[in-house]
Amino acid sequence: MAEEQGRKWDRCLADSAVKLATGLGVGIVFSVLFFKRRTWPVVFGLGVGLGMGYSNCQQDFRSPYLLHGHMVKEQ
Amino acid sequence: MGGGVGGTILYANWDPKFRANVEKSIPYSDQVFGLALGPAAPPPVINKPVSQTTGVLEHILRSHSLSFVSLNLTKFVVKHKLAHLTKEPPKCTECEHEPAVKERPEGEVAARLAEQDKAEQDLLTSLSSNLEDALGSTAKVTLQAIGAQEAALQAIAQHTRQLREAMEAEAPPDKKSTQWRVLEDALSERSRSVDEAGAAVLKAKAELDKLRGVIDGAKHLKIAAARPSILAAEENLHSMVVDLDSVVTRVQTAQSEAKIVSQYSELVNEAKAQFQKELNSITPEIQANWKGLTGKLTQDDLNSLIAHAHRRIDQLNRELAEQRVREQIHIDSALEQQKLEDKKALEVAISTALEHNREQMRLEQEKKVEETREVMEAEMRTQLRRQAAAHTDHLRDVLKVQEQELRSEAEEILNSSLMEKETEYRRLTQDQLDSFTLDMNAAYARLKGMEEAIDSHVIAEEEARKAHQLWLSVEALNYTLKTAALNDPTEPLEGAVQAIKESCAEDEFAQALATALPSESLSRGVYSEASLRARFYTIRQLARRVALIDETRNSLYQYFLSYLQAMLLFEKAQEAPPAKLSAEDLDTFKLLSYAAYSLEHGDLELAAKLVNQLKGESRRVAQDWLKEARLTLETKQVVSLLSAYANAVGLGTTMAP
Repeated sequence: MAEEQGRKWDRCLADSAVKLATGLGVGIVFSVLFFKRRTWPVVFGLGVGLGMGYSNCQQDFRSPYLLHGHMVKEQ
Repeated sequence: MGGGVGGTILYANWDPKFRANVEKSIPYSDQVFGLALGPAAPPPVINKPVSQTTGVLEHILRSHSLSFVSLNLTKFVVKHKLAHLTKEPPKCTECEHEPAVKERPEGEVAARLAEQDKAEQDLLTSLSSNLEDALGSTAKVTLQAIGAQEAALQAIAQHTRQLREAMEAEAPPDKKSTQWRVLEDALSERSRSVDEAGAAVLKAKAELDKLRGVIDGAKHLKIAAARPSILAAEENLHSMVVDLDSVVTRVQTAQSEAKIVSQYSELVNEAKAQFQKELNSITPEIQANWKGLTGKLTQDDLNSLIAHAHRRIDQLNRELAEQRVREQIHIDSALEQQKLEDKKALEVAISTALEHNREQMRLEQEKKVEETREVMEAEMRTQLRRQAAAHTDHLRDVLKVQEQELRSEAEEILNSSLMEKETEYRRLTQDQLDSFTLDMNAAYARLKGMEEAIDSHVIAEEEARKAHQLWLSVEALNYTLKTAALNDPTEPLEGAVQAIKESCAEDEFAQALATALPSESLSRGVYSEASLRARFYTIRQLARRVALIDETRNSLYQYFLSYLQAMLLFEKAQEAPPAKLSAEDLDTFKLLSYAAYSLEHGDLELAAKLVNQLKGESRRVAQDWLKEARLTLETKQVVSLLSAYANAVGLGTTMAP
């Protein structure tokens, strides 16, 4: 259990990095392709990537505490 | 049978005729009688004349009347015997009844009865003897009279016959004279016999009167038993009187007949004499007996004779005519005379017949009375006998009941005494048995005790062995626990546990304990305390880092914050945990320091407990370690229990039971 934190961190970081890179890439792509090499899609993409990574990381860290509720329909 | 013989002897004693009969019929009975009663008394007077007269009369006269007389006399004898016979039984029944009616001693009663009977019997015997004597004498005299009468009758008849013969027969003169002489003799005989008969009749009548007097005297005595004899005597008297009278009448008729015959003979003689006289007057020279002279008669004589005869015939015819004329008168007078005579005779006959009848009736009545009395007596006797029988039956029943009662009583007593003796015997035997049983039981108990002791020893030995084995296996387990290398778990405890399980197959506690071991320990083994301690520090570090993270706070920012906290917060590395945890002690850092302290002091349990108090992410992080700690603790606990148990068992077995 103790190693889980480490593993999580690893994952998170990796994922974030990937996301970041991907975001960057996509931003670059978009910026290159559609937005005439402006920097805001790159940043946007970075941000998206970071955000996604952060969110994933958070989700990963939160996952044990998440409660899954089931809606019981009145039959 | 004895009663029959005794009765026979008694009766023979009383009735000699019966005795004679019995002596005649049964041989040697005369000796018995002679032994018991003395020699036989000479038979009474009555019997001899009876037998004599019967013999004589039958011999002399075979007329119906005499057999009738003898019949009467035998009847008398029979009645006499009957009287004797009927006298016997009442006495005996009286003897029987007396004791039942009054409660006198039987001897006295019997004596009294015997006295009474004897007196009665004496009286009776005297009476009967009197009667017998009187009857005997009377009968004798009567018979004599009757005999005389019969003789007279016979004489008369003979005389008459002879007279008639003399009348009719015409014998030669000498024969005639003899005839006349014979006739005279007969006549004298007849007169004599008639006189004799008259005297005898008188004597007989006197005797009859005497007998009557005796009978009356006997009647006055009023002895019931004598009545039949009295009756018989009376009857005989009556019959004798009747016979006498009949004989007398017969003699009288014979006499009258003889008179007639003599009258006739006289008449004939007269006629003959007259004729003779006439003849003599006519023919004087002819002798009296003219019958033999028929050859010698001359013609004149014959003529005169014939004339005389004719004259006689005329005379006779005239007389006849006269007679015919006077016939009626004569007849009437004769009838009258005859009537008178007849009347007289009738009266006499009637009176005698009436008297006879009356006597007969009286006798019959008396006889009937006697019969009824006898019947009544017999009935009374039967009733008395019945009563006696009923009494005897009742006595018998009472006796039977008494017998039953007494028997049942005796039986009860017998049974009770028997039961007592039996119970006594049973008790004694039971006591013996009990004592024996007690001894046996004691011996048996001791034997059992010894056996049990031996068994228990055996068991104890067994137990000791088992305990030893258990202890050994537990020691093995303990040893395996010690094989934990750092950071590596021990060897799996399965083998040792198996050994334990085998060694203590019957021990439930040990089995339970053996099974209580967590499966991970069996399969994978457990971590040692040291390793756990070591691991704790890393865990501590980690837990410190995520101290702020819990369900609500678990974003990455919080993570950052908690990291910051961990970096900045400093707590004591080891802090002694208090006895009681308060609310503020539930802080992660504090807890961790407490746990570190307790770990350092070897109290894994406390450390585990404290770590268990962590919350949130720290808890999650420490979960692994907690689990391991728990396992180790469990195993250790079980093992310690087992060892303690083994020790205890070993101690227990080594100790004396």
